[in-house]
Amino acid sequence: MRKLSQGPGAHFRKFLQDWSIPRQIAGASLRDKAAESQTSRDLRPRLEEADRVGTSICPFCAVGCSQLIYAKDGVPIHIEGDPRSPVNQGTLCPKGGGTLGLLLSPKRVTDVLYRAPRSDKWEKKPLEWAMDRIAERVKRTRDETFVEKLPDGRTVNHTLGLGSLGGATMDNEENYLIKKLFGGGLGMLNIENQARI
Amino acid sequence: MALWDLENSDCIVIMGSNMAENHPIAFRFVVEAKRRGATIIHVDPRFTRTSALADLHAPLRSGSDIAFLGGIIHHILENDLWFKEWAMAYSNIAHIIEDSYRGSEDQDGIFSGFDSDAGTYDEKSWQYEDKTVPSSIAEHRASSREGEQGDYRSMSKGPPHLDETLQHPFCVYQIMRRHFARYTPEMVESVTGCPKDTFLKVADALARNSGRERTGAFCYAVGWTHHSVGVQIIRACSIIQGLLGNIGRPGGGIMALRGHVSIQGSTDIPTLYNMLPTYLPQPNAFHDHMSLSAYLKVETPPTGWWNNFPKYMVSLLKAWYGADATPGNDFGYDHLPKLTGDVSQEPMTLCMVDGIVKGQFILGQNPMVGAVNTDMVERGLGRLDWLVVRDMAMIETADFWKNGRLIEKGELTPADIDTEVFFLPCAMPGEKDGTVTNTSRLVQWHDHVCEAPGDCRSDLWFIYHLGRRLKGLYETSTETRDAAIKALTWDYPLKGERREPDAETVLKEINGYTVADRTQVAKYQDLKDDGSTACGGWMYCGIYPEAGKNMARSRRPDTPGGKGAAHLDWAFAWPSNRRTLYNRASADPAGKPWSERKKLIWWDDGAGKWDGDDVPDFVETKRPDMRPDWATQPTGMDALGGDKPFIMEADGYCQLFVPTGLKDGPLPMHYEPLESPVRNPMHGQQHNPTAKIWARPGNELHPPEDPLHPYVFTTYRLTELHCGGISTRIMPHTAELQPEAFVEVSPELAGELGIQHLGWTVLSTSRASIEVRAMVTQRVRPFTIAGRTVHQVGMPWVFGRLGYNPGAVANALLAITGDANTSIHSTKAVTCGLRAGRLTEAERHPGPPQAAE
Ligand code: SF4
Repeated sequence: MRKLSQGPGAHFRKFLQDWSIPRQIAGASLRDKAAESQTSRDLRPRLEEADRVGTSICPFCAVGCSQLIYAKDGVPIHIEGDPRSPVNQGTLCPKGGGTLGLLLSPKRVTDVLYRAPRSDKWEKKPLEWAMDRIAERVKRTRDETFVEKLPDGRTVNHTLGLGSLGGATMDNEENYLIKKLFGGGLGMLNIENQARI
Repeated sequence: MALWDLENSDCIVIMGSNMAENHPIAFRFVVEAKRRGATIIHVDPRFTRTSALADLHAPLRSGSDIAFLGGIIHHILENDLWFKEWAMAYSNIAHIIEDSYRGSEDQDGIFSGFDSDAGTYDEKSWQYEDKTVPSSIAEHRASSREGEQGDYRSMSKGPPHLDETLQHPFCVYQIMRRHFARYTPEMVESVTGCPKDTFLKVADALARNSGRERTGAFCYAVGWTHHSVGVQIIRACSIIQGLLGNIGRPGGGIMALRGHVSIQGSTDIPTLYNMLPTYLPQPNAFHDHMSLSAYLKVETPPTGWWNNFPKYMVSLLKAWYGADATPGNDFGYDHLPKLTGDVSQEPMTLCMVDGIVKGQFILGQNPMVGAVNTDMVERGLGRLDWLVVRDMAMIETADFWKNGRLIEKGELTPADIDTEVFFLPCAMPGEKDGTVTNTSRLVQWHDHVCEAPGDCRSDLWFIYHLGRRLKGLYETSTETRDAAIKALTWDYPLKGERREPDAETVLKEINGYTVADRTQVAKYQDLKDDGSTACGGWMYCGIYPEAGKNMARSRRPDTPGGKGAAHLDWAFAWPSNRRTLYNRASADPAGKPWSERKKLIWWDDGAGKWDGDDVPDFVETKRPDMRPDWATQPTGMDALGGDKPFIMEADGYCQLFVPTGLKDGPLPMHYEPLESPVRNPMHGQQHNPTAKIWARPGNELHPPEDPLHPYVFTTYRLTELHCGGISTRIMPHTAELQPEAFVEVSPELAGELGIQHLGWTVLSTSRASIEVRAMVTQRVRPFTIAGRTVHQVGMPWVFGRLGYNPGAVANALLAITGDANTSIHSTKAVTCGLRAGRLTEAERHPGPPQAAE
């Protein structure tokens, strides 16, 4: 059991242990041994607890700074610039440096929300329910608005009734599948993102 | 050029960008260049941190960039400061243009070929003599009329006509001298407000730092693109760099500083309406695109690298439609939807308002903050049948029906809005893996480190599982209209409990593979047009060249002083892992570097190939002295000699004068912004006659010299807050650092209007009025334009109603308009009214429309 109080002798012994002057007199270096104390001995590198690290790219601007993401028990605990990157050599700007605050922001929404027509509130919904319903709505709108041929007989095979906006914040693989499914599969033309220039 | 190559510049002009604040880490290369002795210049309406770190700040009125750059061109030409050996060999300065060409200087601001009813140009009179020049990006034709393509085969029949004495009145040199004759330093001062002496220092610094031994670079951002003449501003810059020989060489070039993390990737592999992956044109019902063979015939330039176009197109169709894509059915070409007009974001918004778009996905974008004319966007959202929003936190675009501007104004209530809204939370980097492409084409892989919380999923997950469901819903259909979704290849391995699709498999498909044995294609030179190869994006070919080799994952930087420090083993730069495009121009026509100091690649005669510090942007074994055999009517690269670096152009020359590919003229011309406090001081044509204007109630433009809206208004970002999205507004540190929106006003204007520093002001346009506190600062100065004082104000556009630091939405003030070439809106130079005080009750809560009238 931990002692609830320590006698004056214990304090004195700790003081003597941490007192650096005798060690300095004995010739220890001011930069390490002579400066040591119980407090400094108890300091741990903040990443010691990480059980995983991965390379990432800063999610904000197109400079493309590399980051290292450290995680513990599946939760990110620290994000810093990757010193190996010739782009940023370990540095990050205030946005990149604050990335952990994005991943862990209390304002992140982690549920699917649904607003019925004319309703004045959000409702939580299961993800699978929402995916099924979105697929049905896409199919219905597509089937109602699809044009195979113009009045003069030219084949167009398109729908102008569906639109998609966004992409510049996403991965290339994601953009590829969006363009492939929406354009190549469904015949959508209104596909746009922030990259219009 | 690579970002780090800026270190090698001897002069860097930053214009249309506040690089130190908005691309801070890239700016460290500018600082390094300065340390090595380079001259740094910032041309900008405001004095920012970029200006503070520059050697010279040249102020100019927003929207007058072409007058400034045209002045530099004039200065270079009239003082004979251009790099003659480079420009004579590599640019089209000596090309002879059709004698039917008439410059805009002769026609009060309009070039020959203008159809004033249609508001479009016909490019016939802009062509090289006796030729019809195909555009390097086929979609960018001025005319969208059928049968207008002309005889591109003329390019195979002989070299373009040149006058190397530069005396021919229709050679590009003489045309340019006439065109830019009026861009004198005095005119520059009068149009831009930049003092003549300051302007001349910029022009001299650039010219002095160019030539064999020295190179200069330009850096720009959306301060150049978000105009009705955005493309032509960049064109003016390319003319300067083409005259000075600053292309394809170390430290030379034009650096586009783009916004979002993968905005370059989403241009290359475009979620854009007018292109298929890696710059192949989306078929158009009003071009000769009715069959694959017709499409390939009109879109394939006979000469130059783009002659390989059919290989890329057929390989894409194979990647998308797999076994269903056969020569017998045009490889599934008819599955591709055909365009019938501009459906970019601006008209898309109006199509929502008009009930044409009924269902909308919004995937990581927040148009209620980031798009112009917020009230119009909100009206459009409220007329949709359904809306799917995917983001990391609640955004203004998703809860518009509850808290939008129109609700706040009392114009609508939630019960008036029929839109069914789905909000799906998304996974963030670190919670998914994949590649993003940075502003200098560097494609970098990022790892999946943690699982995303709750129902947050990657967009890859969302799109894959939506596609899987839709394929299921259409499985039994026998309708031809459903053939595309049925044929679409959609088998990607799924990982883990959440059944996350494997991003590497998607990247492998983008890279391409041979169909028979599904081995990876190593390089795009191996792609075929017979259906034996599949490739989702030819320019990315080589990123995954063999099984187990993901080049985007490569993480070996060069050591200091290493081979050219091109960092060829750090990730992958498209195309072919090349870091500097057109780097053949870094050597002289004979293949020798222009100087030891600026060497990059060179011809190694012993080895019989190009070698150097970068991957050569040329046919590896083509000798510098190779010349086309015109008797054989050569095609493709055989039509380009060994001294023609610009291989994506049909004749291999850098285009100072553009015969095809621009919708608003072969040379840049100063037009006033669509809204301007002054009449065009240079000619009668006030604004770009081909700009896109959608005039309708709620989207009216202010006339020139409008007394109600006398001030120039511009928008910009802040270091701590990233664009219109919610990300940095829900991050504690960044939100705290920028707690509130503001408008920057000069002390002179503040004095005139009685505005106090930190006091309230009302900014107004015909679209909206907003209230915001004033930052009275000398960073903004009044300009003298054509003898009159013109005030400019500016405001960050990165605030919104949500997050830790709510603030007024600057974009609410702006109108929906489009650049002629790109359809991008004008955000950098419009006009506004300004007063001290707050919104009146009638402005704040006008109520339903009838009550407001
Ligand atoms: S750290 Fe800053 S400069 Fe680097 S990518 Fe992120 S936002 Fe851009």
